[in-house]
Amino acid sequence: MIASETGSGAIPMIKLKINIKIKAWPRLGRSEAAQGYFLVAPPFLYALLLLAAPLAAIVLFSFWTQDYLTLDTTLTLKNYREALSDPLYGELLLRSLVISLAVTAATVLTAFPIAYFISFSVPPSRKSMWIFLITIPFWSSYLMRVFLWKVILGYNGVLNTTLTGLGIIDEPLSFILYNANAVVITLAHAYAPFAILPIYVALEKIDRSLLEASRDLGESRVMTFLRVTLPLAMPGVVAAVLIVFIPTIGDYVTPRLVGGPNGLMIANMIQTQFLKLNNAPMGAALAVLAMAMVTAVSLVFLFLNRRYLKGQK
Amino acid sequence: MKDTLGVERPIIALENVEKYYGEYYALRGISAEIRQGEFFSLLGPSGCGKTTLLRTIAGFEELSGGRLTIDGKDMKRVPANVRPTNMVFQSYAIFPHLTVAENVGFGLRREPLSRDEKARKVAEALEMVGLRGYGARAAHALSGGQRQRVALARALILEPKVLLLDEPLSALDKKMREQMQTELRRLQRQVGITFILVTHDQEEALIMSDRIAVMFEGQIAQLDTPQQLYRRPNTRQVGEFIGVMNFLPATATVSDETHIEVEAAGLGRAVIAPDQLPGGWHPGQTQSVGIRPETMSILFPGETTDRRVAIGTVEDLSYYGDMTYYVVRLDGVDRPMTISMKNLVGRPVLDRGTEARVAWDARSLVLFA
Ligand SMILES: Nc1ncnc2c1ncn2[C@@H]1O[C@H](COP(=O)(O)OP(=O)(O)O)[C@@H](O)[C@H]1O
Ligand SMILES: [Mg+2]
Repeated sequence: MIASETGSGAIPMIKLKINIKIKAWPRLGRSEAAQGYFLVAPPFLYALLLLAAPLAAIVLFSFWTQDYLTLDTTLTLKNYREALSDPLYGELLLRSLVISLAVTAATVLTAFPIAYFISFSVPPSRKSMWIFLITIPFWSSYLMRVFLWKVILGYNGVLNTTLTGLGIIDEPLSFILYNANAVVITLAHAYAPFAILPIYVALEKIDRSLLEASRDLGESRVMTFLRVTLPLAMPGVVAAVLIVFIPTIGDYVTPRLVGGPNGLMIANMIQTQFLKLNNAPMGAALAVLAMAMVTAVSLVFLFLNRRYLKGQK
Repeated sequence: MKDTLGVERPIIALENVEKYYGEYYALRGISAEIRQGEFFSLLGPSGCGKTTLLRTIAGFEELSGGRLTIDGKDMKRVPANVRPTNMVFQSYAIFPHLTVAENVGFGLRREPLSRDEKARKVAEALEMVGLRGYGARAAHALSGGQRQRVALARALILEPKVLLLDEPLSALDKKMREQMQTELRRLQRQVGITFILVTHDQEEALIMSDRIAVMFEGQIAQLDTPQQLYRRPNTRQVGEFIGVMNFLPATATVSDETHIEVEAAGLGRAVIAPDQLPGGWHPGQTQSVGIRPETMSILFPGETTDRRVAIGTVEDLSYYGDMTYYVVRLDGVDRPMTISMKNLVGRPVLDRGTEARVAWDARSLVLFA
């Protein structure tokens, strides 16, 4: 009471301001679309600044050239010509592609049975616990996990000592570290949860009566899997493939640490161009080429799976 | 389907079938024989085990005890995919990633038919359920009624010995449901396949079935034709579940095996014919009688009858246009009873509080132990 009497002069003014604001709000948020735009505006600006701007800079750089210490800003395709004609770059691009595809295949093929097991064999009350357990190894740093794989796969590592100790092999295996195999193993492990989760979600969404209907219509368990479960899980598989494939092609930490000289990938070369050879334009051109390759492969993959991605209920 | 002795062999025989989930007994000794080509219904309140029984027949649930034979063969350890049954699921279970035609033709993969023959069979099946020309549609874009027809066509195309339907009409609106009831019945006569329908809707069961098994708590309370179930329910529970039934306290006065007299509160003494007795009845047992609302009538003032007459008061009424439902309390009875009257030309609708003279017949009394 006292407050409202003493402050009677100031309060109406504040109220007026608030009123104006309240009136302005509905105009902005009149349609749902406008509300939607308003909500996505901050993340959109953020994405624009941190993604689009650097991307544009990279593309622009790739058309410039480096002349020792000076940057020549005339636009030219010289970098691209060089990248495509020099067999070294071609080989690195191809190897990156092959390694990424291998990592993707290995990851998704191991993730699927795990996701299937959690979705179909784990009692509903335990499912979230299992998902939680799967993510636990990924609470440690990525670098640490890469080093751990070095310990496991190394010449005197856990795997080799165990196998020699058991007398299964006479001398340590050397094909498992400092080459492309090691890169594939390490990356496949690193991306496992990212592949398990989308496949698990897709499997969880499958109405179990569909599987019974298939059995009822005469199909065995295997055929039911092939004709019903797998096609309905495909959106999850496609998501898993893209989630694993797209970032692996640009990975440079793992090949650097466990890849040895023959396990290096295009990202290592890009890093070298930028930081060691001081040739940012060449590095940018290679980055753009790698991106183009990822985009092309992803689009082809999406196209091949288009029938599974159409709007299902 | 006659055996060597020329006796009709049941297409499905259930002998003391039991199913328990841990401590919970979902089916407690079900015995029944389902005849070749009949429209059989499992009727009962939600949770009484109808779905469980149907899934047991389909092969999705293992029996915990008892025996199940289909077409003379014991179904122990016979998986669902080789049983001669097909099911229309409550959710319809239409494959969302396939077209209507692919859904309907799903089970034809193993049939030794050419592509063209399969396509023709699919077209025929779609025609049969009234979905001609829908083959190329995406299955997920269908309405509820259409999904159900696809589910029917998909099951019937395999010409099963028995078609199992789990509450197939419960998701449809009233109009659609009534239309599908007649259509299902027509379809069943046309294909001659045994249908087993699960429903909790007594009216639906009465309309559609040749025979009905009424289930309560994992047991069959009564297995009979719709008319018999309605007219002569075995227990109060069955009488209450099917249609409306009034119950009056009663005592058997004179009773031997052939001549029974009961004294029903409010109505008076009545002689009961032996065929009105419930199965397993023995003298001195009757505690209540049931009587259906439409077997009684309220006489309007001045009307005479040669039927028995009891006196009561109209407590309430609901006017439905074609019918009026009166709530009448007979003199000397605590609980009021329902009497339904057709609104014939010239018959006045009585007011609340007026005296009602209720005409009834001893024939329409149902005795319960
Ligand atoms: N898989 C199951 N595990 C445990 N209890 C179940 C299972 N399936 C059904 N029941 C129980 O069995 C009873 C009968 O279920 P159901 O056959 O579905 O009934 P209805 O179809 O007549 O409504 C219910 O009480 C239900 O809770
Ligand atoms: Mg049910």
